[in-house]
Amino acid sequence: MKLDLSALLPDSIRPKAPIDAALDDVHLPGPTGANFPLPDVADVDSFERQVVEMVKPSHGTTTLSFIFQGGVIVAVDSRASMGPYISSQTVKKVIEINPYLLGTMAGGAADCQFWQRNLGIQCRLHELNNKERISVAGASKLLANTLFSYRGMGLSMGTMVAGWDHKGPSLYYVDSEAQRIKGERFSVGSGSVFAMGILDQGYRWDLSDEEARELGRRAIYHATFRDAMSGGTVSVYHVTKDGWVKVSGDDVGELHYHYYPAE
Amino acid sequence: MIDDAGVHVILTSIHNSPLALFCITFFTTGNFVLFLRFNYLGSTMDCLFGISGDGFVVIGADTSANQSIVRMKTGEDKICELDQYKLMGAVGDGGDRVQFTEFVKANLSLYAFRNGVPLSTHAAANYTRGELATALRKGPYNCNLLVAGIDDGQPSLYFLDYLATLHKMNCAAHGYCAMFMNSLFDKHWVPGMSVEEVMKLVDLGIAEVRARLVVAPPNFLIKIVDKDGVRVLAERKTATEN
Repeated sequence: MKLDLSALLPDSIRPKAPIDAALDDVHLPGPTGANFPLPDVADVDSFERQVVEMVKPSHGTTTLSFIFQGGVIVAVDSRASMGPYISSQTVKKVIEINPYLLGTMAGGAADCQFWQRNLGIQCRLHELNNKERISVAGASKLLANTLFSYRGMGLSMGTMVAGWDHKGPSLYYVDSEAQRIKGERFSVGSGSVFAMGILDQGYRWDLSDEEARELGRRAIYHATFRDAMSGGTVSVYHVTKDGWVKVSGDDVGELHYHYYPAE
Repeated sequence: MIDDAGVHVILTSIHNSPLALFCITFFTTGNFVLFLRFNYLGSTMDCLFGISGDGFVVIGADTSANQSIVRMKTGEDKICELDQYKLMGAVGDGGDRVQFTEFVKANLSLYAFRNGVPLSTHAAANYTRGELATALRKGPYNCNLLVAGIDDGQPSLYFLDYLATLHKMNCAAHGYCAMFMNSLFDKHWVPGMSVEEVMKLVDLGIAEVRARLVVAPPNFLIKIVDKDGVRVLAERKTATEN
């Protein structure tokens, strides 16, 4: 018996089966085997690879996070770009894993969203199995282990896992090379170098809550000013022992005139 | 391309010449970059070295965790304490380094727990080499290692690169730092050095790396293993930790 693959051939050379002929003047909703159009190219596989390459989300982003006496601040921009094209100004780059854990998104948007959602599932299962919330160290290790098993397979992620657990505030950097680093301040993405300048010089452990939120906002604003691939709005989150709250979301244009009022 | 079997042939003919060993390692790894698409540059920017002395071995490593041109952290411990009398320094891609050292450490602990006696340093180094060699043709770990330990008061130091080349050495180094340090080690190492003498040599090496290497790491951590076990011996810092 021979497997019928005729539906995969381009329309021009596909032999007409009797059922197709009968369907010629019938318009069915949705794709059927007969009506599903394929790109009229010699090699569909390599064509599709080229297309994927063409629309690949670029890595333009600025995200930052730091620990201080009042908890953890997470601040991000909201721009998504595809090469020179700004595809969105309203991307949510902070992923709320659970009420005490936040993840940030840099690199491939789909990779970050998918694997952090997956991390959310693993964390919830840990909670159900152990009757206590997972630590930030544990959660970041779960993510790093997942990414390690997919290393070299094209994932692109630079993420920070931030939260509050039984040991207090905690922050980890995890990337698609499966590198996992504990630290007190990180910045990730194309604009990270600009944000780091502001962050390093303004950072102290004993910042007040308001000072810390402003430092995060200011650092992202300056990164969006210099980095063409970062922009949109600056979102600031604050994680305390009671979980995270979203503190602010400000348009960078308005922030600019707030920081530097027109004459 | 010289394959790693070829390296073995050449290595056995010029065995224990650190310079020849390093040149060949460097040459072949250079070819492997294209072949296996490793992030070789990243791992060579790390610094790892070891020197054996009279009844002890010292292992030193930089403490930087880098991402592209950014130093994400200075305060990363790259020298794993395998057990009370064994050290394993590892440099390479962040994920590979941690996963592999944790894997080896867990398996050595399991062996000691099951048999009531730990592996010797020689056996541990050969076990590590075996794991690295098995992984090499499947999902290779991109990390270079130094294994050091004390057995009945006798110190030993093993050089192990990511192609699973294992060598017992008196002193050894990995990465770009090796280019500067190996010649100094060759010139100044003598049998039966004291801790003070070895630390002088370590400082000599670090000073040379800082003076000449463009991508020199700022901070170093130096650990020792001797009859009293493993511990941190010294730190050499030029940048504040973050």
